[in-house]
Amino acid sequence: MQPILQIQGVSKFYEAHQALNQVSFDVPKGSIFGLLGPNGAGKTSLIRIITQITAPDEGRVFFEGQPLQPQHVQQIGYLPEERGLYKKMKVGEQLVYLARLRGMEKADAVQRIKVWAERLNLKEWLTKNVEDLSKGMQQKVQFIATVLHEPKLLILDEPFSGFDPVNANIIRDEILKLREQGCTVIFSTHRMESVEQMCDYIVMINQSQKVLEGSVREVKSRYTSHTYQVEGTGKLMITSPDFKVLSQKQHGNHFQAQVRLEPQVGPNQLLRYLIERVEVQHFQEEVPSIHDIFVQTVTQK
Amino acid sequence: MDKIWLVFQREYLVRVRKKSFIVMTILGPLLMALVMIVPIWLATMSDDTKIVQVLDESGYLKGKLTSTEELKFVNVAGTLEEAKASYLKSEDAALLYIPKIDLEKPQGIQLFSQKSTSLAMKGSLEKQVRQELEEVKFANSGIDQQVLDKIKTPISIRTVNLSVEGEKSSDVAVTTGVGFIGAFLIYLFIFIYGAQIMRGVIEEKTSRILEVMVSSVKPFQLMAGKIMGIAAVGLTQFLLWIILTSAISGVVAARFDLKRFSDAQINQTMQGMENDRDALQAQEIHEVVSAAQNLNVPLLVGSFLFYFLGGYLLYGALFGAVGAAVDSETDSQQFMLPITVPLILSFIVAQTIIVKNPNGPVAFWMSMIPFTSPVVMMLRLPFGVPGWEMALSMLLLVLGFIGTIWVAARIYRVGILMYGKKVNYRELSKWLFYKG
Repeated sequence: MQPILQIQGVSKFYEAHQALNQVSFDVPKGSIFGLLGPNGAGKTSLIRIITQITAPDEGRVFFEGQPLQPQHVQQIGYLPEERGLYKKMKVGEQLVYLARLRGMEKADAVQRIKVWAERLNLKEWLTKNVEDLSKGMQQKVQFIATVLHEPKLLILDEPFSGFDPVNANIIRDEILKLREQGCTVIFSTHRMESVEQMCDYIVMINQSQKVLEGSVREVKSRYTSHTYQVEGTGKLMITSPDFKVLSQKQHGNHFQAQVRLEPQVGPNQLLRYLIERVEVQHFQEEVPSIHDIFVQTVTQK
Repeated sequence: MDKIWLVFQREYLVRVRKKSFIVMTILGPLLMALVMIVPIWLATMSDDTKIVQVLDESGYLKGKLTSTEELKFVNVAGTLEEAKASYLKSEDAALLYIPKIDLEKPQGIQLFSQKSTSLAMKGSLEKQVRQELEEVKFANSGIDQQVLDKIKTPISIRTVNLSVEGEKSSDVAVTTGVGFIGAFLIYLFIFIYGAQIMRGVIEEKTSRILEVMVSSVKPFQLMAGKIMGIAAVGLTQFLLWIILTSAISGVVAARFDLKRFSDAQINQTMQGMENDRDALQAQEIHEVVSAAQNLNVPLLVGSFLFYFLGGYLLYGALFGAVGAAVDSETDSQQFMLPITVPLILSFIVAQTIIVKNPNGPVAFWMSMIPFTSPVVMMLRLPFGVPGWEMALSMLLLVLGFIGTIWVAARIYRVGILMYGKKVNYRELSKWLFYKG
């Protein structure tokens, strides 16, 4: 299937520094795509290029196979990190205004606003001024404004900031629902646990360069340390040169150990070795979290 | 284009529905009507008559001071000390003391009062005493007052614009007045609504709505819609003011029967006037009317609209750019100064140099420079401006506002997404050449 978004060799220069350096990746259709990186890595610059707020100095961006054009704005929903609303405007009117700027008809917009307001418990607030709403409610209004025109591509920059855990869950479920309906989501956040929960693919940018790319599972396996947690009964004594014991605890007849496999050694070999000597109750690969991978990649540089 | 229209609609509707707009629209005409009605009302209402006691030791003024509606003179006798003592017991406004004086050097005239006297009262007393003393002196030196009155010659020069097409009666007061009103309106409009543009942009910036906006609208469309929307708000308000003001003053005029009053006033002013003065005044009125008729009204209105819009666009774009460059209104001062200086300067120069010499070099150059031409040209227009100057000035203004809009759009584009950064002029100039 054709990727919804293709980024090819995109660079962006500012006066004193380079914000993006030859960044390329594809965003598969229907996925939730994590755009990760430390502050100042160039994520916002890249998002602004995709949303056509700025243009790249080098490289090209394709939307559904076509070079990015102004009318594609109507297919993209963007929730920026620095977001707000006109304070003195009524919630409903504001949503209609933002929807019409993205090319929706007024009647259409009004109808969909009703549906969304119902879904997110905002119905009685539509006639209130934005400044009368709590911050969490304003965030909900912003979320509605982003998805109202049913974009094919959603770009969410820190979508959960400002939400309490309950509302964050509501928004997360809505995002997942949208993905089921065929929407592609680019998701930029520093909350790694939500990346782990939600993302199918990730790209990591550090110091204006792409440093990591792939599906979450693939990336994780790339960062696997070949280390296993083992627990069981018996007295564990590993003498084989194929395995390296990183730590070991013995409580009477119960043991706990962390074992690293030497290269070219598979987990089954370890298991076989253990089964012959002790009774295995627990055997699990230590998989690095995205958080660990993030920290490791950023600090390596 | 339809996005500009959407932005325009929002900017317009949000402002027009504001309480402050409605309040100002109603209060404005009331204030204007007050400005027109209050002086008349005050004039019809005579002040309390103030009683001035006069102690005349010189004998020149006995019974000569004529009481008016404001001042009533009462002669008192006795020594100064006695007069002072009895004045203190009375509630009269003042005690005027005229000692025995040398007519050539009248000294020692004093006015005692319990409360401070007003400048107007002092002036009126000085005038009366001076007139009376002068009359005595005239009589002493054998000059007849009537002869003197005959010698006094009022002069009024009828000004006529001479051109190949013929003669046109013109009146400097009328032409200056018409030009001044036009210039003032332009000046006022640019200031009030230019500042609104700036505030609007700052508000968008502080509410962090801009990044959402520019992902669906081009910054230029956003700026254009805002500038035009606010212009429409201003024009709506002006229009409502004109309608309401004329309605209110119409109603009030009918109520107070102002006509009767003005007739009475004219009669009053004409009292004691010689016939030739009357004729002269009639001629003056005739000249004002004919000068007003001789003004090229379509040209004036047309150019007013042109310079009005041109000036507003030129400055409006710059105000918008300032709003985009700063984070809050308090930071805007350093950038506001270079915008407001030419505007204020043109208005000050307009009142002095240009009114004195409407076709001089200063007037010429200031009506060419786009930053000053809207105000200055309006002042010069009623005096007649050569066609080529007019055309050149308009062309330059068009180029001027295209230029400032270009500059403003570039600053705007970069500035609206820039938060929490203090900018200076060097930084701003760099923004002009940032690539898309």
